Amino acid sequence: MSSNLKYSKTHEWVDFIAPNRVRIGLSDYAQESMGDLVFVTLPEVGQEVSVGDVIGDVESVKAVSDLYSPVSGVVVAVNEDLEDQPELINEEPYSAWLFEIDQVTDQVELLDQAAYEAFCEEEG
Amino acid sequence: MQLSFEKSVAGRRTYMLPAPDVPKYELPAELRRTLELPLPEMGEPDINRHYSALERRSFGVNDGPYPLGSCTMKYNPIVNDQLASLPGFTQIHPLQEIDTVQGCLQALVEAEKFLAAVTGMDRMTFQPAAGAHGEFTALLMVKAYHEDRGDSERTQIIVPDSAHGTNPASAAMAGFETVNIPSNEAGGVDLEGLKKVLGPKTAGLMLTNPNTLGIFDPNIEEITALVHEAGGLNYYDGANLNAVMGVARPGDMGFDLVHLNLHKTFSTPHGGGGPGSGPVGCKAFLAKYLPNDMPIARKGEDGEDVYDLEVPEKTIGRVRSFYGNFLVTLKAYAYALRLGKAGIREAALTAVLNANYMAEGLKDYYDISVPGPYMHEFVLTIEPLRQEYGITAMDIAKAIQEKRIHPPTMYFPLNVKEALMVEPTETESRETLDMMIEALREIRSRVDSDPESLRQAPRTTVIGRPDETTAARNPILRYTEPEAE
Repeated sequence: MSSNLKYSKTHEWVDFIAPNRVRIGLSDYAQESMGDLVFVTLPEVGQEVSVGDVIGDVESVKAVSDLYSPVSGVVVAVNEDLEDQPELINEEPYSAWLFEIDQVTDQVELLDQAAYEAFCEEEG
Repeated sequence: MQLSFEKSVAGRRTYMLPAPDVPKYELPAELRRTLELPLPEMGEPDINRHYSALERRSFGVNDGPYPLGSCTMKYNPIVNDQLASLPGFTQIHPLQEIDTVQGCLQALVEAEKFLAAVTGMDRMTFQPAAGAHGEFTALLMVKAYHEDRGDSERTQIIVPDSAHGTNPASAAMAGFETVNIPSNEAGGVDLEGLKKVLGPKTAGLMLTNPNTLGIFDPNIEEITALVHEAGGLNYYDGANLNAVMGVARPGDMGFDLVHLNLHKTFSTPHGGGGPGSGPVGCKAFLAKYLPNDMPIARKGEDGEDVYDLEVPEKTIGRVRSFYGNFLVTLKAYAYALRLGKAGIREAALTAVLNANYMAEGLKDYYDISVPGPYMHEFVLTIEPLRQEYGITAMDIAKAIQEKRIHPPTMYFPLNVKEALMVEPTETESRETLDMMIEALREIRSRVDSDPESLRQAPRTTVIGRPDETTAARNPILRYTEPEAE
């Protein structure tokens, strides 16, 4: 878990790679509780998204979970490698980013690492 | 075990055709296959042994109890199949003249009347081929209703978090946006959560009642009234109707549309034995949107009933060819007729009694998600055992297989951790229920004393724990001949 990252309560990690641009992935806690991932549906590049929008999903052998956008903005990149290799998320959740959003205007309440760990513990 | 393709011997046949007694006709070259069909070639004894071997490796309701929650795997009486196999029902064509299939149309009209009465609806179509298809059909009707009234802003379907996964999927297929609402602590719909999302965009609510936790929502009338006040329609997912049929009717709870799973509640074969059937019932004000055609009865010149087909005024069109899975409707109708009004009610009461009997027998051994009493099913949570011993719902389900019992539904509903959803149904005897309770108690005792035996289960089946992850990531869906060396 990198200390630069912020976390949403819906278990996405958010990395501000530029002032208005974020890279988003699935937290280690989320991939661990989902189990082996078998499919990932990602948003489309160019798609405008608002805070809290369902913009994709991840599927494991147990269940399907929605991916929520923790920010408002425009999708500018998606990690296409995941379409063939969803297991990358299980292997290295903090390298296997899902998508990037630019022109960020709004964001959900984001937690720092300690607060997120406490939140997961509570949900536990 | 070898596949039939691997057992194939070129040229082996099970039949000998007589020599043709008509002139041979050659198909034009462009219509002929250029490759041989790669089908297995086997003799009849080998085919029979192949399928018998497959049967021995599988598990069905004829092998033992099948408490697969929310699937209602009740026993299907053979008489239903016998009636549906009568040549008057099977030796017909859907395009033959209507006056030559009056009996079949009569059966459809009467089945509609019976099932509409059970659900408190006014009309019902049998076209949808399965539950999810029924959901989709009903949502198209919801859409047609709002659009017909010029109410085009209603784009949202509300679905509780305990819903079957097909609900949001059907809503998306029908072009709606789904809005999830949380459950309250008792497992019912959270009224405040519902009020928050209701508004001018609400097209409707999809609800399963009793829900997947086996709880009948005590606020059901308030829930449906709130949706109506917001201008939406209420849709009843009939997945769990088995708990209330003959006792309570969706139509009286405030629902406008309902789908049934005949292959669950009305005792027609299920799963691989299908096909299924997901009829959709509606209140009179929605009947004009039903799919075409609708079988109807009218009075003929001599006062006798004459059966005909009718296209509803503002029909959403066809959702399937002809009349759906007609023979499945017949089996369900045969079941309903044999049970009658009193028997339908007794089946529901017994299903509820059986579930509560099992829950009572297990409550000191396992944690149950919410307090009872339950309807037709209840959900065990293995989460405390996972935390303390590292034993998962999967381990328990696998250990049950060693007892010649089909595992319960696993990891569903999603709002219960390490869920095992148990639905014994009304067709299991007290002896069988006791056997299942005893089996689960014995498995529980091994969580402390011999957890390794649970992690290794099942040790008695041909395949123990298939690699589901690889199967999902790299599915092999067709046979390809090995490359010649």
